[in-house]
Amino acid sequence: MTRYAMAIDLAACVGCSACSVACTMENDVPVGNHRLWIRNTEIGTFPNLTVEFRPEQCLHCENPPCVPVCPTGCCFVTDEGIVDIDSKKCIACGACIAACPYDARSMHPDGYVTKCDFCKHRLEEGKLPACVETCPTLCRSFGDLDDPNSAVSVAIRTADRVDVLRPEQGTGPNLYYLNAPASFGLTTTVGQVGTEEGAH
Amino acid sequence: MDRRDFLKLSAATVGAATVSGTAGAQTLPDWIPNPFGPMPPQWYDGDVKQVYSYCENCFWKCGIQVSVEGGKVRKVDGYAANPKSRGMLCPRGQGAPTQTYDPDRLKRPLIRIEGTERGEGQYREATWDEAFDYIAEKMFKIRDEYGTEATAWFGHGTGDKWFASYLPGAWGSPNAAKPSVSLCTGPRETASQYTFGRGISGHEQIDWAETDYILLIGHHIGEDTHNTQLQDFSLALKRGAKLVVVDPRFSTAAAKAKDWLPIKPGTDTALLLAFMNVLIEENLYDPEYIEKYTLGFEQLANHVTQYTPEWAAEITDIPASTIRRIVREMGEHAPRAVIPVGRHVVWYGNDTQRNRALYLVNALLGNYGKPGGYYFCDAPLVEEYPHPELPLAPSSGGCGGTTTEVEAESPFRDSVDRGLFYGTATAVQEMIPPMITGEPYPIKGLFSYGVNLFHSIPMVERTKEALRNLDLYVAIDVLPMEHVMWADVILPEATYLERYDDLLLQSYKEPFIAARFPAVEAMYDTKPGWWIAKELGNKLGLGEFFPWEDMEDYLDTRLRSIGSNLEEMRTQGTIVRRGRPYFEDYERFNRNPLGTPSGKIELYSERFAAAGHNPMPVYTPPMDVPEGHYRLLYGRSPMHTFARTHNNAVLMDQMSENEVWISTHEAETLGIHQGEYIWVEGEDGTREGPVKARVTERIRNDCIYMVHGFGHKAPLMRLANGRGASDTHLQSRYTLDPISGGAGLRNNFVRLVPGAPHPHHPPIKDMVADRSPV
Repeated sequence: MTRYAMAIDLAACVGCSACSVACTMENDVPVGNHRLWIRNTEIGTFPNLTVEFRPEQCLHCENPPCVPVCPTGCCFVTDEGIVDIDSKKCIACGACIAACPYDARSMHPDGYVTKCDFCKHRLEEGKLPACVETCPTLCRSFGDLDDPNSAVSVAIRTADRVDVLRPEQGTGPNLYYLNAPASFGLTTTVGQVGTEEGAH
Repeated sequence: MDRRDFLKLSAATVGAATVSGTAGAQTLPDWIPNPFGPMPPQWYDGDVKQVYSYCENCFWKCGIQVSVEGGKVRKVDGYAANPKSRGMLCPRGQGAPTQTYDPDRLKRPLIRIEGTERGEGQYREATWDEAFDYIAEKMFKIRDEYGTEATAWFGHGTGDKWFASYLPGAWGSPNAAKPSVSLCTGPRETASQYTFGRGISGHEQIDWAETDYILLIGHHIGEDTHNTQLQDFSLALKRGAKLVVVDPRFSTAAAKAKDWLPIKPGTDTALLLAFMNVLIEENLYDPEYIEKYTLGFEQLANHVTQYTPEWAAEITDIPASTIRRIVREMGEHAPRAVIPVGRHVVWYGNDTQRNRALYLVNALLGNYGKPGGYYFCDAPLVEEYPHPELPLAPSSGGCGGTTTEVEAESPFRDSVDRGLFYGTATAVQEMIPPMITGEPYPIKGLFSYGVNLFHSIPMVERTKEALRNLDLYVAIDVLPMEHVMWADVILPEATYLERYDDLLLQSYKEPFIAARFPAVEAMYDTKPGWWIAKELGNKLGLGEFFPWEDMEDYLDTRLRSIGSNLEEMRTQGTIVRRGRPYFEDYERFNRNPLGTPSGKIELYSERFAAAGHNPMPVYTPPMDVPEGHYRLLYGRSPMHTFARTHNNAVLMDQMSENEVWISTHEAETLGIHQGEYIWVEGEDGTREGPVKARVTERIRNDCIYMVHGFGHKAPLMRLANGRGASDTHLQSRYTLDPISGGAGLRNNFVRLVPGAPHPHHPPIKDMVADRSPV
C-alpha cells in the first residue's frame, strides 16, 4: 500500500512563501484563496529569541473530520491516503470548511471547496508536489510512509523532534513538522494567515 | 447559468439543508445531473510547451523552464540542469507570469503632451517611429549645444547592456551608471579589487558546500532569497555548519543561528578589527597561508594591536568575552570558517574600508581561494558579435564589473564623477547634481531603463528637481512607475517572458551560459530592449554599431564562437563549464589568480596610502542618533524585489504592505500599539505613511526597520499605489564613501508619530476582480 505523507523541517524553513506561490500557479488558485500559507511566530524576549516559520496546508488526516460531514460525498479519501474533493459534486455548503480544525479548506469563487491535494496530478506523472519541488531550503520531504526508504520516512526517522498540529483532535495528520524550534514544540495558533495580519 | 450564478441562487436553501446533514458521508446518486456542467479543464491537462529562459524577477537570474499552454504562460519552474536554480525557484520567480498579464502594464509608446509639466502624467499615444524621431531630434539638439556627454544613461537589468553600456558607448557619453554599483555593491567590489585584485561578481562566491562555520554580518539570507544561495545555506546548516549572525535586528538568518549578536548599528568595522586583533594575538591564523599569499602582515599586526575586544565591546555592545569566544571558534574551524560579504553594502560612508576589514578577517582565516571559504570564479568566454569599436568604452560597471583607476585621456570629456572615486563612472547619485547645477558641466538628457529613480536614489526631491531641468527624459520600463510618468517619452518594454535578451555569462563555481527565449509573443505594442536599442541607434545615426539583423542572428553568431548555436541552445537552455575554484587549480599551471600589483592579498594597500586613504581599515563612528529619533534600517522581503514587484497580484497577495518594526520597549514609550497605523517622519520634512507598526522583540531600541520597495506613489499601478511606506523617500541625506562613490544610506534618522488614519486598502483579491486594462 502507498500512504502519502509530507514532512516539513522547521529548522530549515525561512518562511519565504515559494511553496505558497508555486501552489497558486500550479493549481491556478485565485488571488485571495490559499491552499498553503505561512505562519511566522516570534517566540521569546530580546535577546533570547527564535522565530517559528511554519507552512500550513491540508494535513491529509487519517481520521479527517471534513469527510463525514460532506452531504454529497464529494469529500473522500483516496487509496493512497489523499483527502480529496470531487469538485463536480461539491455544492459549496461549507460544512467541511467548518469541520476542519486546521482551516485548510476554502471556497473557490467559482463555487466549490478547494484545498491541497498533494498535487495528485503531478504524483500521477511521477513528479513531486509543486511546493516540495520548488522549496529553496529543501525543507519539505514527500513520499510513501509505508516505504521505510522514502524521503519522508527517512526525514521523520532522522529528525530530532517530530510534531503534528493539534494532536488532541485525534485527526492523525499525515503532515509532520520536524525540528520545531521551540523547546515546547509547535506554537498553538492554527489557521489561514492573510496579508492583513502581515506574514512578514 | 454558470456555476457561480447557480450558487448565488441556491446557497441559502441548499446550504441550509445540507449543513445539518452531518450524520455520515452520503453520495449524490448518479441520476442527479451535475447542475454546473463539467469543471473547466486544468492547464496542465492541455498541450504544454516548455521554453528555457532565465529569470529576471530578481537579479540572481536563475535558469527556468516556462510552461506555456493555450498561448499563455501558466507556470515557471526552476531548471534542474541550471547551476543557479537546480530545479528550484523562489516566490518571485514562481509568481512571474502574473506580471506579464498585469492589466496595468505600459502598452504603447507615450509622449508627454506639449505644454504640460513633467510629473503631471499627461500623455498621448504615439507610434514607435514617432517616439524615436522625437527622441532623436532632442538628442541631436543636446549634442550640438552641450556635447554627447550631456546625456546620462541609467540602467538596471539584463537589458542595461544596451542602455547603460552599449548605446552610451556608441553615442559617446561616459555618464552611464547602474544603481547596482553605488547604491548597492560598489564598496565591496572596490575593496575586493584593492585587496585581492579581483571582483566579487554578481553573486557571492562563498564555498558553502565545504564550509563548517559561517558568520553573517549585515547579511540577510532568507530575506533576499537568492535561490541557490539559500539552498546552499540550508544544506550547510543541515550538514552541521555553525552559524553566527551579527545584526541589530533578529533577522530570518538569526532564527537559524546558534549565536545572535545584536550589534549597535554602524559599528561593524570595530568588531571586525577586534576579530583581527584576537586572530593575531592568539596565533589563530595560518602562518604558511599568510606567508605565501599575503603582503603587509607585520603592518596589519601592529595596526590592530590597539583594537582589543575590550575596546570593541564599548563601541559595539557585544561583550569582549563573546568576541573572544567567537573568534576562537572561527580559528578552530579555519580555513573552513567564512564571513560572507553581503550584497547591499552602502551603509555609513566608510563602506570600502569596512569591506576591506571583512576581507582581511577572511584572509587571516586563510579561506580565500581555499575549500570552505571564498572560491575563484570567472565568467565563461563567448565572443561578442563583431561590430565596429565603440567610440567610448562602456563605463557603467555593474555588480561584478571591473573597477579601474582613472584611464588615459580620451577624445571625450570625463564623466561628471571621474577622478573622484576608485571606480569607473558608476556613482549614479553623483550624476544628479550636474542636472541641477550644470557643474562640472551640464547633463541635459537622461535615459532610465528599469531604474526606479524615486525608489533607489536617495534625496527624491533633488531627483525631481533634476528631472525638471532636463531637455529630454526617456523612460523604458514595463510598468507605469511614478518616475516613468515624469518622462517626455515612455517606451514600453516587453516582459522577460516575452523577449529574447543577451546571453547570461555567469561566473560561478560552475561557470555557465544561459539563454533567454521568448515563451510567448509580446503583448500590446511592447518591444524587447534589444529592438528598442537597435531602432533608436538607427535613428541616432549609430546603425553601424548594430550590424545584426535581429536577436536570433545576434545570439546565434555569439554561440557559434563556442561551437554551439541558437537551435542547440533552444533545446538545452544552459551550457555548464568547469570552474577553477581554488588556488591549487591555478598553481597547477603556474598561474596566479590574484590581480593586485604585488600578486598577493594586500593586507596593507600601498595604493590606498598613495592616494591619501587609510592603507589599513580604521573604525569611523557612524553619526549619532539625534534625540527622539531612530536610525532607519531597511531590507528585503522574500516575496518582493526592490520596488519592482509591487503590482504583481500574486506576490501582493502574499505581502501587500510593509510594516515599521519598533522594539516593544520603544513602542511603549511612544504609545504605539501592535498593528496601529503610524507616520514616519524624516529629518528634512519628509513623511511616509500611514504605515502599520510592528511591535517586536526582534530589534534594538536605537533603530527601526522596514522592508524596502513599498510606498509607491503611482496611481496607474493600482495594486501598489499607496500601500506601505518608502524608505527611499525618507532618505533625505546620504554619506558618500569617498573611495568607491557609494551612497551610505543608514545615516538617516526618523521619528515615529502614532495616530495616522487607517488607510482601509481594499483586499488585493477585490482589486484584481475589478481591474480591467486601461
